[in-house]
Amino acid sequence: MKKTLLSATIGAAVLGLGSAASAATLDDVKAKDFVQCVVNTGLAGFAAPDASGSWTGFDVDYCRAVAAAIFNDPSKVKFTPTTAQTRFTALQSGEGDVLFRNTTWTISRDTALGFNFRTVNYYDGQGFMVPNALNVKSALELSGAAVCVQSGTTTELNLADYFKANNLDYQPVVFEKLEEVNAAYQAGRCDVYTTDQSGLYSLRLSLSNPDDHTILPEIISKEPLGPATRQGDDQWFDIVSWTHFALVQAEEFGITQANVDEMKNSENPDIRRFLGVEADTKIGTDLGLTNDWAYNIIKHVGNYGEVFERNIGKSTPLEIERGLNALWTKGGLQYAPPIR
Amino acid sequence: MTDHAVTAPPSGRSLASYMYDPKFRGLFFQALTLAIIIIFGWMIFDNTTENLSRSNTASGYDFLNGRAGFDIGQSLIPYSSDSTYGRAIMVGFLNTLLVAIVGIFTATVIGFIIGLGRLSRNWLIAKLCTVYVEVFRNVPVLLVIFFWYKGVLGALPQVRDSLALPFGMFLNNRGLAFPKPIWGEGAWLIPAALLIAIIASIAVARWAAARQAATGQQFGTARLVIALVIGLPLVAYFLGGMPLTFDFPEAGRFNLTGGATVAPEFVALYLALSFYTASFIAETIRAGIAGVAKGQTEAASALGLQPSMTTRLVVIPQAMRIIIPPLTSQYLNLTKNSSLGVAVGFPELVSTGGTTMNQTGQAIEVVSIWLVVYLSISIATSMFMNWFNARMALVER
Repeated sequence: MKKTLLSATIGAAVLGLGSAASAATLDDVKAKDFVQCVVNTGLAGFAAPDASGSWTGFDVDYCRAVAAAIFNDPSKVKFTPTTAQTRFTALQSGEGDVLFRNTTWTISRDTALGFNFRTVNYYDGQGFMVPNALNVKSALELSGAAVCVQSGTTTELNLADYFKANNLDYQPVVFEKLEEVNAAYQAGRCDVYTTDQSGLYSLRLSLSNPDDHTILPEIISKEPLGPATRQGDDQWFDIVSWTHFALVQAEEFGITQANVDEMKNSENPDIRRFLGVEADTKIGTDLGLTNDWAYNIIKHVGNYGEVFERNIGKSTPLEIERGLNALWTKGGLQYAPPIR
Repeated sequence: MTDHAVTAPPSGRSLASYMYDPKFRGLFFQALTLAIIIIFGWMIFDNTTENLSRSNTASGYDFLNGRAGFDIGQSLIPYSSDSTYGRAIMVGFLNTLLVAIVGIFTATVIGFIIGLGRLSRNWLIAKLCTVYVEVFRNVPVLLVIFFWYKGVLGALPQVRDSLALPFGMFLNNRGLAFPKPIWGEGAWLIPAALLIAIIASIAVARWAAARQAATGQQFGTARLVIALVIGLPLVAYFLGGMPLTFDFPEAGRFNLTGGATVAPEFVALYLALSFYTASFIAETIRAGIAGVAKGQTEAASALGLQPSMTTRLVVIPQAMRIIIPPLTSQYLNLTKNSSLGVAVGFPELVSTGGTTMNQTGQAIEVVSIWLVVYLSISIATSMFMNWFNARMALVER
C-alpha cells in the first residue's frame, strides 16, 4: 500500500485521532449497545425524521432490523445523517457501523473505497422530472436544458454520460445538499430534476403542486441500492447481508409481523429452521447472534413486503409499485439464498 | 530578591542550582515542548497510516489523472466530463481565484467609499455609512450569501419572462445573459493598441511627475490617459476593419441560447463577499485616517490646500501605512470565505474537490490539496501586500 507522509499526516484531520474502523464491529456494537447507521439527511419514505423527531423510512427500518437481529430491540439504533458527499467518509472513518443511505452499488465503491456490498434492497434507476408546462414527453427532447443534480452521486455521472451519448447539450446546476437541489428546482433555476426514480417520487410530494410535474418514462441507468459495510469484517458484513435476506425470505414464506408467532408452530422444517425453533440449529450462533435472530427481525420490523408497503408502497403518498422489487416468484428480482 | 545576585556561585553545581538557572530552565522547557510536538506528530502519523490500511482504501495522487465523468456549470478553461479529476480541481481553483480577485477589488472600492463616508461632515452620509458597516459586519457571511442568492437574485423573473435589457442583454433567475464578442481576423490589433496605450500612459505619468518635481508645473495627465486608453483601441478597431461581431442570446426552448451568461451563483457569492468584507475594510480605512495626526490636516489647510487635496495628498498617503497591514488580513479572509460558495453551488475549489473526493474516495489526498492551495494563495497574497506595504511606507531620511 502506497502512501505519502503528507497525506498520512493530514489524514489525522479526516480520520480523527481516536481509533476508527475496528475489525470486530459486532463486538463494538454490543459494547456500546446500539447500532450506528449512516442515513440520508432527509428523503421522505427512505430516511427522514417525522414530526416528533423520530426517524422513519425504508432505510431506517433496515437499520432497526439489524438492531432487532442483534439486541431483539429495534430501538437500539442511532443515526448519522449525511449528504451524498459525506456518506462515504462517515463510514470509512468509523462514524457509523453500516451505510443505509440509498447508495448505488458500483465496482469502484466496492473496491477502491474499501466497502463491501452484497445485497440490493431496492432496485432503482435514474429518471427525470420536468414541469408539465414545458410539455416534454421524452428525455431526448431535453437538449439545451438546465438540469438540477446533487453533487457526488452516480446520478451526476450518469447524467453526463447520457447527454454525451445522445449528443445533447445541457447546463448542470449542482448542489451538495438535497434540500438545496429541491429549492433550486422549485425556484425555476433549472428545467429538469434528475435523480433515482424513487427519489423523484419522494421529491415530487414535497413540491407545492405535485400534479404540475411529470416523471419522464426514460430510465437511464441501473441503480441497485444497498447497504455497505467496511471491508475487513466479514462477520459484520454477513449480519447486514443476511438481515436483508431474512426480510425477503420471510415474505416468500408468507411470514408477517402478525403471524410470526403462530408460524413458530409450523410443520414446515424450512420455516421452523428459519425462525430458530428447530432443535440443535446453529442458524444464528454461526452468525454471532442468537438462533431466533430472524424471528426477532420479523417480530419487530415485519417482512420485506411489509417494510416496502409501510414506507414507500401503494398505500403511502409515494405510491411506488413493487416492479423490480417484487419477489422472484412474482416476476421481480428480490431473491434470497437458502437459509439453512 | 536581590540575594542571589550577590552570592558567589558554588564550585560544584547541585541539581537544585540548575532549577534556578534561567538559561538552563529555558533550554529544558524548549526541549520538552519540541519533544511533545514530535511525539504528537508521530502519533498522528502512526494512527493515520494504521487507519488507512485498516479501511482498505487506495491512496496516492494517481487518481488525479482519471476521467472525472461529471460536468461543471461554470468554467474558465475548456472542461468536459472527459477531462481529468486534476483538471476539475483546476477549474475549481480558477473559479476561486476569479471570485477572490474581483471580490477583493470591489470590496476595496466599496470599503474606501464607506470608510471615507463615515468620516464625512455630512450627517446623512455618515449615518448611512455607519448603518452599512453595522449591518454587514454583524451578520455571518453565509447569511449574506443566502441573502443575495435567495432574497435578491431569487426574486428575479423566470427564464421565460426574462427582463430584456439594452444592448441585447437579458436578466432572469438563471443569471445575466449578454452578447458574447466574437473576435474576427485582425482583432489582435485592439489588445495590442490597448497595451501601447497603457505603456504610453505610464511614460507620460512619469514624465509629468518628474517635471512637476523639477519645475512645480502640473500637467493634465488624467485626461490624456483616458484619451489614450479609449482612443487607441478605437482607432485600431476601425483600422482593423471592425473585426468584432457579437453572438446575441436568444430564447431557446428551455434556456436562452447563445451569448454568454454570468450565473447567479457567482454573482451571489461575489456580491456577498464584496459587501461583507467591505464593511471591515471601511473600518480599517477609518481607523487609518483617524490615525493621522490632526496637525497634518491643519498644516495642510494653513498651506491653503483645499479639503479634497488635503485628503488625497496629505492624509491618505500617511493613512496607508496604517491601513495596508490589516487590509492584508481582510483580503485573506475574503479568499478563504469564497469556499462558502459550495453552499450556493458555485463550483469553486471546495465544491469540485468535494465531488472528486466523493467519486474517488480519496479524502485525505483531496483535503491535502485544499490545504496546500489555500495556503499558497494566502502566502502569495501576503507577499504581494508586504511588497506593496514596503513601497508605500514613509521613506525616512
